[in-house]
Amino acid sequence: MSAGTMIAPGFSHPVFQSQAAFRALLAALSEPGTLQNVASEITPPEGLTTATATALLTLADYETPVWLPEALRNGPAGAWLRFHCGASLVESPAEAAFAVIDGTVYEPKLSAFNLGTDQFPDRSTTVIVQVTALKGGSALALSGPGILGSRNITPQSLRPGFIDELRENGALYPLGVDVLLAHGEGLIGLPRSTQIEEVR
Amino acid sequence: MTIHQMPADDTKPAYNYAYLDEQTKRMIRRALLKAVAVPGYQVPFGSREMPLARGWGTGGIQITAAIIGPADTLKVIDQGADDTTNAVSIRRFFERTADARTCEATDEATIIQTRHRIPEAPLKSGQVMVYQVPTPEPLRRLEPREAETRKMHAWAEYGLMQVKLYEDIARYGEITKTYDYPVMVNDRYVMAPSPIPKFDNPKMHMSPALQLFGAGREKRIYALPPYTSVKSLDFEDHPFRIQSWTQPCGLCGAGDSYLDEVVIDDQGGRMFVCSDSHYCETRRVEGHRGTMLGDAAASGLVEETNP
Repeated sequence: MSAGTMIAPGFSHPVFQSQAAFRALLAALSEPGTLQNVASEITPPEGLTTATATALLTLADYETPVWLPEALRNGPAGAWLRFHCGASLVESPAEAAFAVIDGTVYEPKLSAFNLGTDQFPDRSTTVIVQVTALKGGSALALSGPGILGSRNITPQSLRPGFIDELRENGALYPLGVDVLLAHGEGLIGLPRSTQIEEVR
Repeated sequence: MTIHQMPADDTKPAYNYAYLDEQTKRMIRRALLKAVAVPGYQVPFGSREMPLARGWGTGGIQITAAIIGPADTLKVIDQGADDTTNAVSIRRFFERTADARTCEATDEATIIQTRHRIPEAPLKSGQVMVYQVPTPEPLRRLEPREAETRKMHAWAEYGLMQVKLYEDIARYGEITKTYDYPVMVNDRYVMAPSPIPKFDNPKMHMSPALQLFGAGREKRIYALPPYTSVKSLDFEDHPFRIQSWTQPCGLCGAGDSYLDEVVIDDQGGRMFVCSDSHYCETRRVEGHRGTMLGDAAASGLVEETNP
């Protein structure tokens, strides 16, 4: 078997590593804009950052269809997710419980994912957006539940118009996707309840 | 049981850490993440059989089991008290299944599982409150059909609740609900705060702690992220008021805490004591003395501490 087809290991201690990662995810979505560290000593497959891979190992399983960009889906990342999580990889964004997108790529739009229904807004997709850095970009001011007053974040390399997409998503509240920005071992949560303004 | 199934003497029951299997924890964790994203909305979840009867806190226990880790310190209270049956047995459950560190001090705890009270000591950022909820649906007494209440939440159609509160005022001159008093969360969802006294409702508003609600029998999870707006429903001319008492706590003299009325003899004698046992003890250790502390200590009901 060549190195290209080898599936890298997942958690070495599934119980405690997934518990620690979950608490970071819970903090990320309950206190939007805070930078959470999800270090878990795993080697992520090509195309996924450590934070993305750890979040999916923690949350995804056979009950949760996952959407990946086509290159990742047919590559080692897809094989890794199928093996460790048993998750089905779907082609249609609207069917996904979890999705991973690249912050710089234009498609798919956030509105293409499952936005939930008015009676079941919890059925919406959680979208992990992989960015090149979580700090150093232009500032965005966040407000809403989980934030006392307002909180600034400065993620980099979001595609043009992405802030408008987030704002349109927030306007659908209580419907809408929940977004996690991921880079390296860091995660920032942007649930649908958060209002976003560009700081000028 | 045939002989080869008999466990050896030294084997302990082979439970997973914190009792629940990892698949169940993942399902509860996903529900919790959606619950914090839509504060006050009740997320359905696959509630499991627990080793105690439904209605004894299985929802709260399942949430605690899904979030607890080796770094946590757990406090469990039942009606404010750390030393009542439900609190003691749930604490022991997590000591056994998750090797949990437990405590009674509110400020030392990272997870506080509660039945029917919020501690008097202010909560801090980073703490998690886990509420045991018997009836998660605030509209259930008004509309028994789940399909209908779900639509009412979907369309924020809460007129029925306002009418109910108005009818109370029309009949009795005031809103008679004293516990499980409905609240409006983040200006969107009406939520049942679990049967806490309405005295505790203001503590939920903009609380720095994360608040999670679990209803095991009704299979619902909902949440309040920190710093979320929680307004008790009322009318402009009948504003929300919390309970008040004419006398302070008989043991510690506190005038700012929720008091339980205790009947002490068959002559009509009664005393009022803090429902939050740890708060009352802390105050007594600090030297605060209520008018009846001497009597209670003399009859062996509490230890009198001399500072």
